[in-house]
Amino acid sequence: MGDVLIFAEHQGGHFPKTTLTAVHAGLELAGKRGGQAIAVVAGDAPEALAAEIAKYGVAKAIALSHANLKNYLADAHAAALTALIKQTGAEFLLATATAVGKDLLPRLAARLGAPMASEITAINDDGTYVRPMYAGNAMATIELDGPVKVITVRGTAFDAAKPGSNPAPVEKVDAEIDAAAAKTQFVSFNQTKSDRPQLTEARIVVSGGRGLKSGDNFKTVLEPLVDEMGAAMGASRAAVDAGFVPNDLQVGQTGKVVAPELYVAVGISGAIQHLAGMKDSKIIVAINKDEEAPIFNVADYGLVADLFKAVPEMAEEMKKLKHS
Amino acid sequence: MKILVPIKRVPDPATTIRVLPDGSGIATDNVKWVINPFDEIAIEEALRIKEKLTGEVVLVTVGQSSWQEQLRTGLAMGADRAVLVKHDGALDSLAIARILAKVISDEKPELVLLGKQAIDDDSNQVGQMLAEMLGWPQATFASKVEFADQKVTVTREVDGGLEAIAFNLPAVITTDLRLNEPRYASLPGIMKARKKELKEVPAESLGVDLALKLKVKTLAAPPKRQAGKKVGSVQELVQVLHAEAKVI
Repeated sequence: MGDVLIFAEHQGGHFPKTTLTAVHAGLELAGKRGGQAIAVVAGDAPEALAAEIAKYGVAKAIALSHANLKNYLADAHAAALTALIKQTGAEFLLATATAVGKDLLPRLAARLGAPMASEITAINDDGTYVRPMYAGNAMATIELDGPVKVITVRGTAFDAAKPGSNPAPVEKVDAEIDAAAAKTQFVSFNQTKSDRPQLTEARIVVSGGRGLKSGDNFKTVLEPLVDEMGAAMGASRAAVDAGFVPNDLQVGQTGKVVAPELYVAVGISGAIQHLAGMKDSKIIVAINKDEEAPIFNVADYGLVADLFKAVPEMAEEMKKLKHS
Repeated sequence: MKILVPIKRVPDPATTIRVLPDGSGIATDNVKWVINPFDEIAIEEALRIKEKLTGEVVLVTVGQSSWQEQLRTGLAMGADRAVLVKHDGALDSLAIARILAKVISDEKPELVLLGKQAIDDDSNQVGQMLAEMLGWPQATFASKVEFADQKVTVTREVDGGLEAIAFNLPAVITTDLRLNEPRYASLPGIMKARKKELKEVPAESLGVDLALKLKVKTLAAPPKRQAGKKVGSVQELVQVLHAEAKVI
């Protein structure tokens, strides 16, 4: 009892930072519940990646292998991982709440008849967990009841695991996937082309809102500042709703949750649902011409200004700073 | 095509949420209740599919009798009839999915469309759980749904781009923000909705396990972030970020 299976998501042959966050949270959970943390890498040939994750402090890494696990698909992955949980007798299955984690774990929970806690932000010693509700306006302490429990963690609430010196053993397991659980076909993945850091991994995030007025202005006004700062670009839901930028840039309750060292909100009023996605950032800067905008209530530094003047000026100042 | 749309009643997203001092829940005085915005997108998508391919759109919700109001709104948008599975106490996602699976086994829709998450508990679980219980394919976070014969191709909003997956019906699809812009109910729609069938079924009569496996013990207000200071110019801003906050 108390063992934790950590679903180690990989993208394009690598582990994103969110996977290392899951490992860290899994190690903490196993420590508090008196079990071992075991990382699971699923794929058609996951051995090399399993050997990689074995360096991050887990007791064991499992390479869960099957031709149907080549591309991530919820039904086949849920079937393979359910069989593995039963085989290992693990009490917990944990992953970070990425698009894959959110898609997969509830399906897995249903297959196991297990309760699931989404996006927890803390693991309490008394067996309970903390998770945000109502766009982060309420923090709930919850209890999960059952022999197996399924958990996703919020990426910004836990540190990333660091590699140690002794890699754990790697075990290859051939997955069991019945035909009934392989009804979905992968068609394509259209990756957003960008040289910028990933939103959930960046040290600095610069986000634009409805104040930018158009998608073109995101390109001509905001992007030069984003690149001058070496930042990732984000957006408010209002900007996504208005069709200025794609949804994978959305920061907020129903988009991505970020907590960079520096978050710059440009032309964003600060709706509750946006604050839910960025209010744990270390330093928040707001640039908005409306001095009553609620974003100023959470900003460490506020500048009341017309963004179309201030943003190019700031890009210029950043350039000067770099060369000074 | 027969499409079933499960919906949830939630506080209007513009409502300021306050946690009760005893931590037992949120203050509900002055809360305006609406259809979960993502479920509204699901209703809209179902109506568009029906308009193209003909069929029937059936709404389902699991809650108190007062939730009829949100079902009526959905009927006014154009759904054909509604089922309210009545239950007064707390239910977790597993129980909700079990109830919906039971309703679906009676209704036999070809497609289930619902929001990717409810904006009250923010769990993002029911659609996926339901798909598994039914043994159906799932496509979460849909931004485009296309039909060819019995096959559906769904474009999904995932990390770093857009993914397309395909499967045969029946299936469960959960909606993301950009799938469509939901319509408003028209006045004739509201008049018509009053006469549409709205059936109430007690949850206990469905014979499914409603035991709570996820219990919310207490709610607390989150730590408040203090407002900082205003700066007078871009130069000053860059200066404080560099020298004071040391983040650039």
